[in-house]
Amino acid sequence: MKRSWYATPYALWMLLFAVVPLLFVCWYAFTTPEGAFTLSNFQEFVKPRYLGVIVRSLKLAVYCTVLCLLIGYPTAYFLAGRDFNHAQSLVVLILLPMWMNLLLRTYAMMTLLDDNGVLNAALTALGLGKITVIGTEGAVVLGLVYNYLPFMVLPIYTVLKKMDYSVIEAAEDLGCNPIRVITRVVIPMSVPGIVSGITMVFMPAVTSFAISTLLSNGKIRLAGDLIDYIFNQSSNPTRWNIGSSFSLIMLVLILISIGFLRKVDPDNEGGGMW
Amino acid sequence: MKKLAIVLLVALLVAALSAACLAEADKPFAGTEIKVYNWEDYIDREVLNLFEEETGCHVNYVTFSQNEDMYTKLSTGAESYDVVIPSEYMIERLIKEDLIAELNLDNIPNLENVVDSMRDPIYDPGNAHSIPYMWGTLGIVYNTEMVTEPVTSWTALLEKHNGKTFMMDSMRDSLAIGLIVNGYDLNSDNAEELEAAREWLLAQKDSGVLDGYILDQAKDMMAGNEAAMAVMYSGDALYAMEKNDALAYVIPDEGSNVWVDGMCVPKSAQNKEAAECFINFMCRPDIARMNMDYIYYSSPIRQVAENLSEEEMASTAMSPTDEMLERCEFYIDISTFENGWLYDDIWMDVLM
Repeated sequence: MKRSWYATPYALWMLLFAVVPLLFVCWYAFTTPEGAFTLSNFQEFVKPRYLGVIVRSLKLAVYCTVLCLLIGYPTAYFLAGRDFNHAQSLVVLILLPMWMNLLLRTYAMMTLLDDNGVLNAALTALGLGKITVIGTEGAVVLGLVYNYLPFMVLPIYTVLKKMDYSVIEAAEDLGCNPIRVITRVVIPMSVPGIVSGITMVFMPAVTSFAISTLLSNGKIRLAGDLIDYIFNQSSNPTRWNIGSSFSLIMLVLILISIGFLRKVDPDNEGGGMW
Repeated sequence: MKKLAIVLLVALLVAALSAACLAEADKPFAGTEIKVYNWEDYIDREVLNLFEEETGCHVNYVTFSQNEDMYTKLSTGAESYDVVIPSEYMIERLIKEDLIAELNLDNIPNLENVVDSMRDPIYDPGNAHSIPYMWGTLGIVYNTEMVTEPVTSWTALLEKHNGKTFMMDSMRDSLAIGLIVNGYDLNSDNAEELEAAREWLLAQKDSGVLDGYILDQAKDMMAGNEAAMAVMYSGDALYAMEKNDALAYVIPDEGSNVWVDGMCVPKSAQNKEAAECFINFMCRPDIARMNMDYIYYSSPIRQVAENLSEEEMASTAMSPTDEMLERCEFYIDISTFENGWLYDDIWMDVLM
């Protein structure tokens, strides 16, 4: 038996649950409910309300990705340090929230950030005023960061861990100050991890749904919520066709961003998790 | 001796087994299962246990949060249900689209218990397809400590209060408010009237006084003093009021929606007879009362409706007066309206 045959279960799985559904999506996106070919489903999204949703999704996903990078990179750098022995257990701690379902985590966020929640109780106890978090774009970004931060930390950690420490010593020997060591040596060498992290965070963030609705009391909806609404609640007879065309548009947006990032990291050093 | 013991043991076993079988056989639907599709938080779960005990029929209970969700699931036919409990306008649509079956009323003798005014409704003449489960109204719940002026009008939803204000994440109910405040009928098929509703709803969203569009969270937020005002169904309103004395429920002067949720059997049901048995069971006065005590909506069962406590009789949410009900209207199915598509179009504009 050839070795490649061992991949048959996976190939079958992908065929049934990824390729076939994708073909359905394509079919619906380019047809009318009667089955005739059309491009009109795509024209729908020139309407300002849909463009507005896409722009809002992209904006919040960018905020989320930048925040994840700002928090995640120092974390990964710290964990990968040579003189730190407890990295493994801390990595487990970072992974821990991911053992729980995303929706449950978001409900937990709601309870924490609520007007009468833990955060405001703490602020009141400290003699500070209450703040309203739920219902703002900030709450949605916070929810996204909370859910996707591990995807930023892990690839950067992996790359930094593999890095040859003698390179840093060489830089120091040649007179680099600590800041220049980081900006000229460590960061350039960890680019593959950064690229991988950005992709892993940006992609699910831009297509996320439910998180935004829950943390904004239904006021702020993203592209994923729109697709969900079109498929599940809309009474429009062309809802499957319009929903499919919108899904395809999102897919193309993601493919473009992957293609762009491939250019930056052609050898997939960041773990190739995508 | 050993043989005798074995024979006796076998005899005993057979006797025990057949006794068990006989007991089971008493139950008409032993070993069967029905799938019931109902609104979230809309039944006393103990009722399901009682039904299982009495009939031997296992209930697979699943929930939806809006009529439109239920319609999508049912119409795509991906799953089959034995009992569904949508509202009147959706029942009308399901009948039109031939998705629910005619009931065999011989299997539902407890239809007799339903009050006359709820029988033979316009959306389903002769109760051929649906038996009323609960009814209620759409109104505003507000916290009298945060909103000191008594609320009488839907326009209160455009004012800034000393606390949060919530609309409902529901297309028909929100559109109804948009139409009513502009003086139009809540079942409008007039494009100009609907555009006025769109403008009102968008203006409300952009005005900064609105804090969101929510469903089941509203009752807990109102009960917990986390919001000043929310659009709510009467039963949820009563649930919140039971927990918080400062709350009041009002059916605004301009009018509102009165609705009935009916129990129906889809065409695709696997076990229609057991489904009808379930519907009949739900119309039993003691069961209806149990459900009412749990979910706070008004029961259409006569023995329950005629034996309300004084407090229940005095409650606007539980027992609206005839004068209030005159201002209220059923929803009509809009799927066949010329401008029915606008409802969806407007609601997407508001949400997205």
